[in-house]
Amino acid sequence: MLVLGIESSCDETGVALCDSEAGLLAHALHSQISLHEEYGGVVPELASRDHLRRVLPLTRKVLLEAGRELSDLGAVAYTAGPGLAGALLVGAGFAESLAFALDVPALPIHHLEGHLLSPLLAKDAPRFPFVALLVSGGHTQLMRVTGVGQYELLGETVDDAAGEAFDKTAKLLGLPYPGGPVLSKLADQGKPGRYKLPRPMLRSGDLDFSFSGLKTAVLTLVRDGKVAATDQADLAAEFQEAVVEVLAAKAVAALKQCRMKRLVVAGGVGANRRLRQKLDEAVRKVDGRVFYPELELCTDNGAMIAFAAMLRLRAGLAPETDAGHAFSVRPRWGLETREG
Amino acid sequence: MSHVPDDSSPVIRMHLNDEEATLALGASLAAALSAHFPLPTSHSPLVIYLCGDLGAGKTTLVRGLLRALGHGGKVKSPTYTLVELYTVSNLNLYHFDFYRLNQPEEYLDAGLDEYFQGSGVCLVEWPDKAAPYVAAPDLRLELVLDGAGRQASLRAESGKGASCLSAMRG
Repeated sequence: MLVLGIESSCDETGVALCDSEAGLLAHALHSQISLHEEYGGVVPELASRDHLRRVLPLTRKVLLEAGRELSDLGAVAYTAGPGLAGALLVGAGFAESLAFALDVPALPIHHLEGHLLSPLLAKDAPRFPFVALLVSGGHTQLMRVTGVGQYELLGETVDDAAGEAFDKTAKLLGLPYPGGPVLSKLADQGKPGRYKLPRPMLRSGDLDFSFSGLKTAVLTLVRDGKVAATDQADLAAEFQEAVVEVLAAKAVAALKQCRMKRLVVAGGVGANRRLRQKLDEAVRKVDGRVFYPELELCTDNGAMIAFAAMLRLRAGLAPETDAGHAFSVRPRWGLETREG
Repeated sequence: MSHVPDDSSPVIRMHLNDEEATLALGASLAAALSAHFPLPTSHSPLVIYLCGDLGAGKTTLVRGLLRALGHGGKVKSPTYTLVELYTVSNLNLYHFDFYRLNQPEEYLDAGLDEYFQGSGVCLVEWPDKAAPYVAAPDLRLELVLDGAGRQASLRAESGKGASCLSAMRG
């Protein structure tokens, strides 16, 4: 069966085609990056208007790339939450209308389910069960994944997400957009340890995170004039090390708690080189292995939505479609509450 | 901003030594709100602007406020989601963060203005980024770095805001 996937929960518009036999056939993304470089914005800007403008051209593009027609579609999947109501409604409205017109099912998918199943799209895919570390600009959480539709939240950030901490710290250091990646690049030229930053909640005894205090610690150093321009790389390195150390330690603790050996990493921060290095090291020490999605599927995309829908269809866990295609979106939606 | 406060506006100023003091200020604001709600047939929310640079403690103050009202869960940064909703003892609290808006029109595009048409409390970080579209405040809180602590000022900008401040003064 051919499934079209639509992602529009936040800043990116993503559309993809997934086939139950052949896998991912095509995917296309419209990101706002080029547009806000000139504004010096921090995390990608809102694009509720742009989802509307982009979703049709992107759909045409993936169909053309895959050499398929609209009439070949067997289902249309979309991100139903969590996210910004206005942005979600664009994807949901488009997907439900298209499904209605083609007389095929429309499948509402949880955004985070898409992320945590996305490493299964890689050539070297992990088997169930595994622990998933979701780490991005908007999320930082550890989940226990025992199968499609079987997710348990183990811990999450109590304040800022890791990616948000990277972006805001970059802004405090006066670094240009896109803050987080520029900060990581700078960190590669510096040495951690010269500045001392806290490792928040490292010994909290649970699997929660806190990154807001790191930002404040950097702010205090900068404000007190303790960071000359030539020292910025060392501070960036220490900051990155602090975030990465806590993420790695808690990910390993989660593996131990669940008695599992496989760690799956998803989300934009999962592309961070130092994080990958540290996670590989730490997980190898406990005889485990880390799995990553393809780099281009780390950030929000339509492929993960089409793919999650396909796995649900295969497992007989597809959400029931309303015959009249009545639909709603769920801006606040915990993954654990997902039925089935 | 829609209007400049005049000098006769009542203001509370205080020094906050540490994070605990910021949480405590949030809690005393919560007490003033509880004295105020439910508002008789209110068709507009109580709007509180939270101003201050990155790391000033705006979200920390909201955490202190929500905990004092009885919210037991997490209070995450709304920077990415733009708004987080809390319902505590029949009171809706909306925690906004407009930091990511590059153009104020995005506030309207995202339909965020609709939240300001009901009742409840709207706590707004980075309100300037949604000016002139975002509703005028009843209270304006400013947090400024001052040594190791913060200087806080809380200014009433409406009758509703003034009565909150008097409740805080006890």
